Amino acid sequence: MAETVPLVRARGIGKEFAAVDVLRDVDLDLFPGEIHALLGENGAGKSTFAKILAGVHRPSTGTLELNGKPVEVTSPIVAQKLGITLIHQEPISFPDLSVAENLVLGRADERWFSRVPWAEMTGEARRLMDLLGVKIDVTRQMRGLSIADQQMVEIARALASDSRLIIMDEPTAPLTPKEVETLFGIARRLRDEGRTIIFISHRLEEVRALCDRVTIFRDGNKIATDTIGNLTDADIIRLMIGRPLKEYMHKTRSQIGEAALRVEGLTLPGVFNDVSFTVRKGEIVGLGGLVGAGRTDVARAIFGVAPAASGTVEVDGKRVTIADPSQAIALGLAFVPEDRAVAGIFRTLSVEQNISAAVPDQIAPSGFIRRSVEKLLAEDAVRKLSIRLASLRQPIGELSGGNQQKAILARWLLTNPSVLILDEPTRGIDIGVKAEFYDMIGELAASGRAILLISSELPELLALCDRILVMSEGRQTADIPRSAATQEAIMHAAVPQVRGVAA
Amino acid sequence: MNALRSILLRREAGIAVMIVLFCLAVGAFKPQFLTLDQLRIILLLTPLIMIAAMGQMMVIVARHVDLSIGSILGFSAMVSGMLYRFDIDWFGFDVPWWTGIPLSIAVGAVLGLINGLLIQLFRLPAIIVTLGTLSLYRGMTFIISNAKQIDRQWIPSELKGLSQTSPILGIPWIIFIAFGVALLAYVFLNHTRVGRQIYAIGSNPTAAPLRGIKVTQVTLLVFTISGALAGLAGILYASRWGFVNPSNTGSGFEFQVIAAVVIGGVSINGGVGTVLGTVLGVLLLGCVAAALPLLGIPGTSQAAIYGAVILIALVIDRTVRRQGIVGLRRVRA
Repeated sequence: MAETVPLVRARGIGKEFAAVDVLRDVDLDLFPGEIHALLGENGAGKSTFAKILAGVHRPSTGTLELNGKPVEVTSPIVAQKLGITLIHQEPISFPDLSVAENLVLGRADERWFSRVPWAEMTGEARRLMDLLGVKIDVTRQMRGLSIADQQMVEIARALASDSRLIIMDEPTAPLTPKEVETLFGIARRLRDEGRTIIFISHRLEEVRALCDRVTIFRDGNKIATDTIGNLTDADIIRLMIGRPLKEYMHKTRSQIGEAALRVEGLTLPGVFNDVSFTVRKGEIVGLGGLVGAGRTDVARAIFGVAPAASGTVEVDGKRVTIADPSQAIALGLAFVPEDRAVAGIFRTLSVEQNISAAVPDQIAPSGFIRRSVEKLLAEDAVRKLSIRLASLRQPIGELSGGNQQKAILARWLLTNPSVLILDEPTRGIDIGVKAEFYDMIGELAASGRAILLISSELPELLALCDRILVMSEGRQTADIPRSAATQEAIMHAAVPQVRGVAA
Repeated sequence: MNALRSILLRREAGIAVMIVLFCLAVGAFKPQFLTLDQLRIILLLTPLIMIAAMGQMMVIVARHVDLSIGSILGFSAMVSGMLYRFDIDWFGFDVPWWTGIPLSIAVGAVLGLINGLLIQLFRLPAIIVTLGTLSLYRGMTFIISNAKQIDRQWIPSELKGLSQTSPILGIPWIIFIAFGVALLAYVFLNHTRVGRQIYAIGSNPTAAPLRGIKVTQVTLLVFTISGALAGLAGILYASRWGFVNPSNTGSGFEFQVIAAVVIGGVSINGGVGTVLGTVLGVLLLGCVAAALPLLGIPGTSQAAIYGAVILIALVIDRTVRRQGIVGLRRVRA
């Protein structure tokens, strides 16, 4: 392969967002007629690299060559003209327009008032669909097509613009095994026509079944590129997680008491299945797994946001039915959600209003808010958690991510919860604040609270948790005690195993 | 059979059925409602709304809204009315009677373009911008006219004739103009590239620029068209009613037009809407407006009933649509 000119030659590609390096100095050659896998943990940089190729992001450093000629991919439109198409996991489409229109819309040669050639357009769309061997009525609306069919339309669009490089970003996550097989068949055919395909996936089995070569990313660095046959699964996992384990000491070893939260056979069809675990007083139980494994859904089910279809929940030894978050709060549960911008904060409200939001009865026993009580509670929280702010009246949206997160934690601590569910509490906050958080979580456990910690960061789980549960694709795949917990063990349980993919 | 099914499944079919049922219901009480003469009355109530509704529909399909069209109508009608009144003072000669038509269209287009520029250049929401210009353009109408009405004698009789004389079948010119505009809108939206791009922008605004659609230019075009059509409606207002009044002309017009468009099945969320549906929505409003006096409903209650009918039509339409979606889910499951 070394003699052929690479289709894409990337040299020294780096990218920083808001002064944080998310990708550093990546060199990679992609050859015509290969399917190339990009592997790595969440946030390892593989998607960023793919988006740079597709013109979604501009690289901060480095150069790209296409067929030996230097190019600048300044926008997705430029990428399309260069023959590079990125197929998003959730395809971007115009749901109200027909399939055929979605295929041809936005061609470069269009003039404003030129006629829409409906007949030719439909004909071309049919031809492309036949070429892919999929049966989709091209005159129907895009809305209502399955994700798999929408992906096919995107692939057809790549063919329509004669793309040489087709990037599929986790295309198989929303697909059924049969749809995956169809997709793989098409991917192989496109490869045999001499096109290059980048395949991003978490599923080693799929990568093994489909790909020729694999590149592994970790923490924004390219770690290795090799032919897939040269690597064992163990090699790949080791390369993916091989970062030095940072030592965060779990300072306060707390006394572990009786069960505070017991979950038995929790099931929500299609989301998670038969999840059972117990969190005891003073215990920190980790919930690991890849994004999309159903961890957050379990937390939301327990908290009554989207209750499970079957299964039982016990709080402090009593069987409870939680159909609504207010019931969960009354029972002494607290849930700090993952996406604070969406589910956690009231952006435009002041810090103190945000902090006091969970305890309306304390600040407004008669229905009228007692400003002095509100202020007192907020001041106390700010001091205890050392939240850095200019004023309690400041809109919370102006604080840094870490301080916003602390304010939300403060809110929930005001309810004096006996069970605290933390969903990715340290995502997107600086390392210094992270360490403070780790101390805080340890102290909360030491004071006898039961803590369920959802995290995608393995070192975090290893350092903090007494026990680590792992979920994969909605199923509970491991329950690892602290003594046996290693990154490899967690990763093995987290990465989905064989799904009946044709090799 | 399949062809019939697909016609019945179209959203427009529901509106057509509503029109028929409404007319039959009114006709059961007042048989004279179902006469050709009455049809003429209904049609004469609708051309201004229909013309402006074509522009408004494009705006709403692009996921915006234009609240200022009533004021654009009033201002552009006033500009033409003043030209007719003062042309001898200003230029020393009588301008031809048709001058007001291109003039009002051009004035409307400029005002529409201003809306579009404010929205696109400053990233302001259309509902706020056009609420502002609704007031601004109305105020300008008072200023230029010195708050004085253009009376009947200043409107050229040929212009008034457009609403009275007929080329064929006793149907006045103004109605042919309205349907002509609808036909042009149909061709524009369905058979030109930019027409389809309007749907694409409304359907998924974030994806549109990624597909190489010039969102800013297309949006400006859409608001300009909406303004131009409101301007055309303005000069036809002068033709139809024979006067231009700074406070009445076009006041509340946006309400009727938006109601017609939404009843016609144009989604306020953008991306969805057809010319046929909009035409039917306009006709349904015309039927209601014509039926109220005939049913002996006093003028004091008419506005309330008119509003209620619009809401009922929307509720029926939304319910039908939701059940359609539920039915679809059942099939897939």
